[in-house]
Order: sequence, then C-alpha cells, then structure tokens
Amino acid sequence: MIRKKKKILGMAVVMSLATSFPLFAQMSAEDAPETIEIGSIAEMYEPVVFDHAAHVLMVESCSFCHHHTTGTAPEKENCAKCHQEGDEASSVACVDCHEVKPFSSANLKAKGSDPLLYHVGRPGLKGAYHQNCIGCHEQVGAPTGCQDCHARNDKGDQLFHSGKYAPEPGKTGGHH
Amino acid sequence: MKKINRRSFLKGGVAGTAAVATTGLSSKASAAGDFGGYPDSMGVLVDLTKCVGCRTCEAACNKEQGLPAPDLPFDDFSVFDMKGHGGQKRRTSEKEYTLVNRYDIPGRDKPIFRKFQCNHCQEPACLTSCFVNAYTKTKEGAVIYDESVCVGCRTCMVACPFYVPTYTYSSAINPVVKKCIMCYDTRLKFGRPPACVEACPQEVMTFGKRKDLINLGREKIKRNPGKYIDHIYGEKEVGGTSWMYMSDVSFDQVGFDTHLGNQPIISYVKDFLAMVPMVLTIWPALFTGFHLLSNRKKANEEKENSKS
Repeated sequence: MIRKKKKILGMAVVMSLATSFPLFAQMSAEDAPETIEIGSIAEMYEPVVFDHAAHVLMVESCSFCHHHTTGTAPEKENCAKCHQEGDEASSVACVDCHEVKPFSSANLKAKGSDPLLYHVGRPGLKGAYHQNCIGCHEQVGAPTGCQDCHARNDKGDQLFHSGKYAPEPGKTGGHH
Repeated sequence: MKKINRRSFLKGGVAGTAAVATTGLSSKASAAGDFGGYPDSMGVLVDLTKCVGCRTCEAACNKEQGLPAPDLPFDDFSVFDMKGHGGQKRRTSEKEYTLVNRYDIPGRDKPIFRKFQCNHCQEPACLTSCFVNAYTKTKEGAVIYDESVCVGCRTCMVACPFYVPTYTYSSAINPVVKKCIMCYDTRLKFGRPPACVEACPQEVMTFGKRKDLINLGREKIKRNPGKYIDHIYGEKEVGGTSWMYMSDVSFDQVGFDTHLGNQPIISYVKDFLAMVPMVLTIWPALFTGFHLLSNRKKANEEKENSKS
C-alpha cells in the first residue's frame, strides 16, 4: 500500500518533468516510477511513454543515463569536475541541466557570453533525450525509427508532407 | 633623329607600364589581403557522427522558407538511394535548400549521414563573382542575395566551390538563383539559429559564434581521442566557412572536396583581375602609339621614295 502510494506520488512529480525531484545523494531504482510520460516538449509527436522499470533492468547503474546525478560514479566526468558537489549533482531530472528552449535568443545570448565552452556544446532537452536514447538503441539493436518511440501527430504529418498531406504519387515535377 | 625619338618613346612606355603594373599589383594585394570574416559572426558546427538521417531538417527548411511541396514525403527514406546525373548523390535544388545524404562506409558498423546546404563562406566566391552585386555577406555570417537584381547569369553557380546555388529552371519568365540564406530574414538577424538547427532531434548542429565553435570542435577532438578525424572541415577551407563539420571518417568519404585548398576562391583570380584595368587603360594608348610610329616611318619612307 505504502509502495503503491509512493509510486503514484513519484509518477505525478516526474510526469511534468519540469519539476526537479528532491533527492538524497544516493537513491535506488525502486524510488523511481515504473513508467514516465515524456511529453513536456512534445510538439509534432505524441508524448513518449517511457518504461523506466524495463530500462532499469538493462543497465548496470543509474548513472548510465543520469550521468552524474544519482550518487553513483559519474559517467560524464567533464560535468562532474565542477558540478559534483553542487545542486546539479543531486538533481535527477534531465530538464534541470538541459534546457527546454536551448535556441531562444535570450539563452543563446547568455551562452554566447559564457566563457565555459562546455556550456556552449551542452545539448538542450530534446537533444539530450535523443542522443541518450538513440545512442544506446543503436548499440544494442533496439528500434531507432522516429515513430518506433513516438507516433507523429497531425502537425508533424503536415511538416513532413506525409500521411494525408503526402504529395500525390506520380506527380513529380521540377528539376533534379 | 627619328630613331632616337622612337627609342625614347618605347623606353618611356615600358617604364611606365612596369610602374603601373607594380604599383597596381601591390596595392591590390594589400587591399584584398585576408578579410577573414567578421569578428563576431555566427556559425554552425555539424557533428556528422550524431546524424541519424531522419530528414527533419529538410522538412523544417521547407516550411521556414515557404518552399514548394516535395516530390516525396520527408519521411520517405528511399531518397537516400536516389542517384542524379553521373551517379551523384542528391543535390540542392530550387525546391530544397538543404538535404541529407547517406554514405555507406566499408568497415563502419552503420552508415554515416551528411547534411548539405550553403556553407556561407567567409569570402564567398558567389559574392565576388557576381557582377550585379546581388550577394551580401552579413555581419552575422550569412551569405544572402537580392533576387530582384539577379540577372540569371549563373556565374555564382560556376564559381561556388561547393556547387550550392541553384536555379529556378521551372520559371520561364523570371528565372533566378536560389540558395540557403541561413534563415537570415526570419531568424538569424534576430539572434536565432536557422530552422534546420533548431528542428534537429539529435542536436547534430551547434549554433554559436564561429570562433567559439572552432575552439569547441578542437576541444571535442582532444577530449575524445580516436573518435573524430583531427580536422574541422570549413575552419580553413577556401578561407573558412560559417558552417563547419566534424566526422569520424575521412571527409572525402562523405562527399566533401578535400582538395579545395585554404585560399579564398577570389585569390586565384585577383592577380589577373588587377591586370584588367591596366590592360584597358595602358594598352590602347601604347599600341596606338606603336601604330602611329610605324605608320609615320612608312609614310616618311614613302615620302622620301617619292622625292627621289
């Protein structure tokens, strides 16, 4: 009963993904929700329902994905050099370091005057998710197609000129 | 008396020509120098190792630039097997300012993808070749053009070392040149990156000041020994480009021309071009002089002959 309650609470918190998760330095996989809906940046695709529990079984430690934030040995040493002792290291949500809108004028201006090069090259939230997921999926032979993880919505179909927005077959023109 | 005059005339002529030639060349050389680009111009660093070939950048470009509907949906990956003239990979066209090509590299566990668009040179060959000055290199780094003055001569298409500018062959009335403008009008001049950069799910492209991107690229190469080829394509090629690339296979295997050299294209023709004004101003006078002198000699001889 207590466990179930905890699970629901955990899900509610992480569902939004914009909220940081208050944590102690060391946490275990049981503290995490079984599934997480990743939808805060969904625009042209439906949110991803991420089976966290299934992925926990596949990797050796939490830091495999959560580079340096869960008290285990850091996977990305460059970030840890400065941030191991700070708040960043005790935060588990991707969004705490990887911005939702990395390409906004304000953010780019701030980054432009940032003397620390790694901050210029740090991916935003969308890049961080895709690089982390696809990087591993390619290695282990898991699905890597766009719609293997998230179905495209109408707005996406429109952008890709696909589905009901597909060009008429055979009507190819122009110069190639 | 006649002989002395002619010799002194020739002497003066040669000395004058030499003087003009040397001063002309030296002043031109210092003026052309190395422009090297605007100090705080922006750029894009493309990490080819991250690209998964999803073509989202192509779709985003199509929407942002209001381009005509594509022949095939952007999620149709059969385009990677398309071959153009002479077995070439796909190239930019009036309907697509950017595209992704797939390269199957023997020995690499997966194919590598390369995004193609205007590289926005620091000293663009298209700009220097255009005789109506349609092109501008903006301080933000974009190479833009004024379609309304384009006369459709297509010299820029010949001059471009990357074969980027394309032509609206579909227009019978007013065909003009078309190419990527780094989304200057809608984004870059407001401090935002091109649409393709923002749309990329893998964040293959890093947008920032060009000089920072070079440092970032070098740092990435150093921090990941063996991962990247120790070269940032576009840092120095043809005088440097705003778009630069990192790869884990040699650049010639992914369709880059690695024989372009580091000189801006203009430097190959500027010596010749410096001669043009000299030829146009000095030569007519010089050869008219020769002509008059030789005719005068002939006329005098005829006069003497008729006298005797």
